[in-house]
Amino acid sequence: MKLYRRQRHRVLQIVTKLIIPFVLLFALYVQFHGDYGPGGGFQAGVIFASAFVLHGLIFGLQRTRQVITPSMLRVLMALGVLIYLGTGIVSMLLGGNLLDYDFLAHDPKHGQHWGIFAVELGVGVTVTAVMISLFYSFASKR
Amino acid sequence: MIADQLPALQIVIPMLAAPLCVLVKRSNACWAIALVANVLVVINAFALLHQVRTDGVIRYALGGWAAPTGIEYYVDTMNAIMLLLVSFISCVTLVFAYTSVKKTVVTGKHYLFYAAWMLCLTGLLGISITGDAFNVFVFLEISSLATYMLLAFGSDRRALTASFRYLIMGSVGASFILIGIGFLYAATGALNMVDLAQRIPDAESQRAVLVAFSFLTIGLMIKAAVFPLHGWLANAYQHAPIAVTAFLAGTATKVSLYVLLRFFFSIFGPNYSFGAMLLNVVLLPAAIVGFLLLSLVAIFQTDLRRMLAYSSVAQIGYIVAAFCLATQSGLTAGIVHIINHGIIKTALFMSVGCIIYRVGHAHIGSLDNLMKKMPLTVTAFIISGLGLIGVPLTVGFISKFSLIGASLERGWWMVGALVLVSSLFAIVYVGRVVEIMVFRSSRTDTPEPTGMREAPMSMLVPMYVLIGISLWFGISGSTTLSVASEAAAALLGGYQ
Repeated sequence: MKLYRRQRHRVLQIVTKLIIPFVLLFALYVQFHGDYGPGGGFQAGVIFASAFVLHGLIFGLQRTRQVITPSMLRVLMALGVLIYLGTGIVSMLLGGNLLDYDFLAHDPKHGQHWGIFAVELGVGVTVTAVMISLFYSFASKR
Repeated sequence: MIADQLPALQIVIPMLAAPLCVLVKRSNACWAIALVANVLVVINAFALLHQVRTDGVIRYALGGWAAPTGIEYYVDTMNAIMLLLVSFISCVTLVFAYTSVKKTVVTGKHYLFYAAWMLCLTGLLGISITGDAFNVFVFLEISSLATYMLLAFGSDRRALTASFRYLIMGSVGASFILIGIGFLYAATGALNMVDLAQRIPDAESQRAVLVAFSFLTIGLMIKAAVFPLHGWLANAYQHAPIAVTAFLAGTATKVSLYVLLRFFFSIFGPNYSFGAMLLNVVLLPAAIVGFLLLSLVAIFQTDLRRMLAYSSVAQIGYIVAAFCLATQSGLTAGIVHIINHGIIKTALFMSVGCIIYRVGHAHIGSLDNLMKKMPLTVTAFIISGLGLIGVPLTVGFISKFSLIGASLERGWWMVGALVLVSSLFAIVYVGRVVEIMVFRSSRTDTPEPTGMREAPMSMLVPMYVLIGISLWFGISGSTTLSVASEAAAALLGGYQ
């Protein structure tokens, strides 16, 4: 059977398509399980980004760039930092020190929970964006 | 309520400005955001200095976790001075940057430039404010990474190699500092500075403390560009965008010197650093050779920026020599010179920035007769150049007078004499440039370059603000001297 150029890695492409959702799901698990067990924003961010790296390796950088554009990544990077800082500022507005999560809810324990949740989300978003843009800049010829 | 949050706001405001710049992306809007943040930070630093001087030391527990467990911000007079100096110089140079950056940096990248600037400011302020040894390293990395980026924005291609060289040297310095902090942690089990200062006397006999001390000394010497380890500085200052050079010359090395002070005096204590460790056998000769040799080297430079860069290393030599005296008056002299030199050198680099903006280069030999074309810029250069030499009624006089006084008081008259000798060199290197700019008439065979006018107001005003302040500090020296001697007393007294 003659294969066209774009079909050459059919098996890899289909397997990748199957794997990517699970990688993303696992990343989300690591992200949101971070406050109970091992995990957290850094690890989750890297795992989340690895799905995009895999996509880029198999389907080519062009198509990954269409999925998530470099300018979008820049927005995400900044957004993550803003989420982190925003948590700190909210805790200051509610009467505590910077990043004092006790003040985020009525019960300090819940406050700590929400605080770490928001902060790790910020970390996760930024790490994902940074990892993907690192991949872009090393993989592209420019 | 807001009065309690000042230490946090000092860091949060510039840090918030950086991602906002990235999101907004429009050049002018980014500049406006950065400037607003910076003005707020200056006001904040002023309020902090006032608060510290009236109510004493401020300790701010981040996240509500009290000191030995959590990270704390520790503000005494010394920190507050550094915060005010860094944020003020950043503010003035940021105003200055508006016009000059438009010319040197690619338009599409302005937002990254201002974001990096804000991050660099965050890092420098963070190093100054924190009371946690590891946190110092974290902020050091933030400021260093942003600095590498800022340096690489230079229009000259050599900016990239200069930035890379600084990256290598800076990383070596930063990792030495990290190793030092690691050893300290191994020996004492503490990272909080106050805690460390209490525990080090018991752990002093351990070799780990000695190793930590050595690593920290070398790492900070690289970061502060103290004489034998200053290799990165000249190239970096020469090729960076001139606004960045002005900003860094007044802040980056000064902040490293502050960390040096903090570690030697507050944490290890002067008896350990300058008594048992015999640091003045190592550091003092380096400082003296530094200010003599590099003042001499500055005489032979052909590029104005490079000349000023070498002169910077020489001035750092004065500051370190003043620290080595390890007395109240010596430290006061050192701290005053940190402030004064920060102001003068920034003003000098700004005037060079004006020259580059109009002339297009800073080659000393071809700046002849510049006085006729750009009188205000050249006047600014001359006034701050006189400050660099240490002529009476300028800030340089105050710092050199107190330095020489302090060295005589300690009985090291030789140091005082050598400071005078290197001031003679300073007369030569400043005088040579002034002679060319003012007295040498243009060569008739070269065509008159077009568009030679005075630099734009947006560059002149911030420069003259700095010069006004330097003259004020020079005429009424007691303002800075009293604050500096308070800071010196606090450093020598150790943590309460």
